[in-house]
Amino acid sequence: MDLYQEIILEHSKRPLHAGLREPFNAQVHHVNPTCGDEVTLRVQVSGEGPSAAIADVSYDATGCSISTAATSVLADEVIGHSVKEALSTFVAMRKMLTSKGTDPGDEEEIGDGVAFAGVSKYPARVKCALLGWMAFTDALTQAGVDISATSASSSAPSASGNTNADTTISDTTISEDIFTSSTIPSNIMEDS
Amino acid sequence: MSEVAVGTAFTTAESAAIRGDFAILSRTVRGGKPLVYLDSGATSQKPRQMLDAERAFYEQHNAAVHRGAHQLAEEATDAYEGARETIARFIGAQAQEVVFTKNATEALNLVAYTFSNAAAAGAMDGVDPALAARFALGVGDEIVVTEMEHHSNLVPWQELARRTGATLRWIGVTDDGRLDLADLDTVITDRTKVVAFTHVSNVLGTINPVAVIVDRARAVGALTVLDACQSVPHLAVDVVDLGVDFVAFSGHKMFGPLGIGVLWGRYELLKAMPPFLTGGSMIEVVRMEATTYADPPQRFEAGVPMAAQAVGLAAACDYLTALGMARVTAHEHALTEALLDGLAQRPWVRVIGPVDGKDRSGAVAFVVDGIHPHDVGQILDDAGVAVRVGHHCAWPLHRRMNVTATTRASFAAYNTVADVDALLTALDRVPVVFGTVI
Repeated sequence: MDLYQEIILEHSKRPLHAGLREPFNAQVHHVNPTCGDEVTLRVQVSGEGPSAAIADVSYDATGCSISTAATSVLADEVIGHSVKEALSTFVAMRKMLTSKGTDPGDEEEIGDGVAFAGVSKYPARVKCALLGWMAFTDALTQAGVDISATSASSSAPSASGNTNADTTISDTTISEDIFTSSTIPSNIMEDS
Repeated sequence: MSEVAVGTAFTTAESAAIRGDFAILSRTVRGGKPLVYLDSGATSQKPRQMLDAERAFYEQHNAAVHRGAHQLAEEATDAYEGARETIARFIGAQAQEVVFTKNATEALNLVAYTFSNAAAAGAMDGVDPALAARFALGVGDEIVVTEMEHHSNLVPWQELARRTGATLRWIGVTDDGRLDLADLDTVITDRTKVVAFTHVSNVLGTINPVAVIVDRARAVGALTVLDACQSVPHLAVDVVDLGVDFVAFSGHKMFGPLGIGVLWGRYELLKAMPPFLTGGSMIEVVRMEATTYADPPQRFEAGVPMAAQAVGLAAACDYLTALGMARVTAHEHALTEALLDGLAQRPWVRVIGPVDGKDRSGAVAFVVDGIHPHDVGQILDDAGVAVRVGHHCAWPLHRRMNVTATTRASFAAYNTVADVDALLTALDRVPVVFGTVI
């Protein structure tokens, strides 16, 4: 099977940038109600407007190899990059993960994320790979970043950072409506 | 346990014949691998006999039941009510005590809503006050469940507590996956109005001592509601012998179709209960000002009922009866012991629930050291072995057992020792793929 690429196993065994660190603008807690996996994720944004960048992403996660590795790759791909680049990485990851095996992913854009191309053939696992990403984009929103550009149905201008927001902490359980703007198949939920 | 009747496992030839009735078991998955279906606790596969019965209803008798005077309407009504009699006989009940619902969850909600609906003005008019009082629930009263409940027998009671101001309490679970009955008398007290509990845990496989709980509930005058979803398909269940007041189970887990569940209740209780869903079919006289309601079971079956599903479920009951429930139980028991033995030989696997076959049904949940159940399930799936992963709609139970999620194999009459072997063989790949030490 092509799901468990060596790079995924490596990231899941030794996740990068793991642990919760300070400072942070926002902290979120996301749960996958299907399996009880959870992630607490913090984001620190520096700069404003077009120069806004991801200064840090730190996290504490409990989950399967796919979700653990995906969050590790996420942190590695976005830390030190501009908010705009981070969001375009997210959009590219989401596009590949929801492609049902038709999009192999662009290594230029998503780096180690291409190892997750096989996940898109397993609808039940797409949510695992997106858990960290959903937490990340939620945390950016909490930090005052406009992420409307990532909405599939939106034509909003590129994202900009706003570090004036106070530190916020939120708790979210993933629900189907979070995915309404993406193309995730509606059958990925187990009965619960 | 009296539920575990004496029988013998199916022979190889008998197993082959049974499997021949389930067309889906001969298909392949994931690139040509034979399907090994070990997820019957979630939903069972369907025998040809059940499918034929549904098809025959639609092709020969289809009409809206309890409506119209034409011949098809009569035949459809006869088929529907005949199915009710067959299903009632299967659980040792009277037909008039069997209510069809869309699933077991709706059956449990029907009972839970009775308690809050009974508080409405006029809802219990004409009911013996002593009987009506049994459904009166408010601040100071208590609802008792257990920590091993499926969400469907937990959340409706949480919601009932919220609506009425009653307090929800629960019977705990021991480390080895049994109900902790040590403090039963302090959990079920004079304040308890209803005790809702599962006959068999959908995760642990534990068969609960129904009589012990019923005795205590009766002593304090509480009503009892039994979730029998995981027992009726696997054990001979006689609702009168169990001594409970209500029993809920689903059709689709017992070789029946999706879309039908059963609520059994003592007739005097059903007769006293206000309706749950209202509309057509469930009425006696309707005027613009007010409506009176039909007797049970029709009172609880609003709208055109699922006649084809009832016919299918009756055929599934006939199928199980022909197999012999004692033999189904013995067969699944042998498979459960074989799986527990196989898992015990793998020190990197830990069973969540009773580790021996005593008072245990064929749902076997386990964790693999250091590997998430989703990853375990994925490797098994790659070998064609279908199991359930996650919290199996019993999140508080998983929390109690200190695990996030488990992998669960569950049996039905069509499984064989070859299925157990296939599971164990596929399981041995898990530590290899993830590089953990055996």
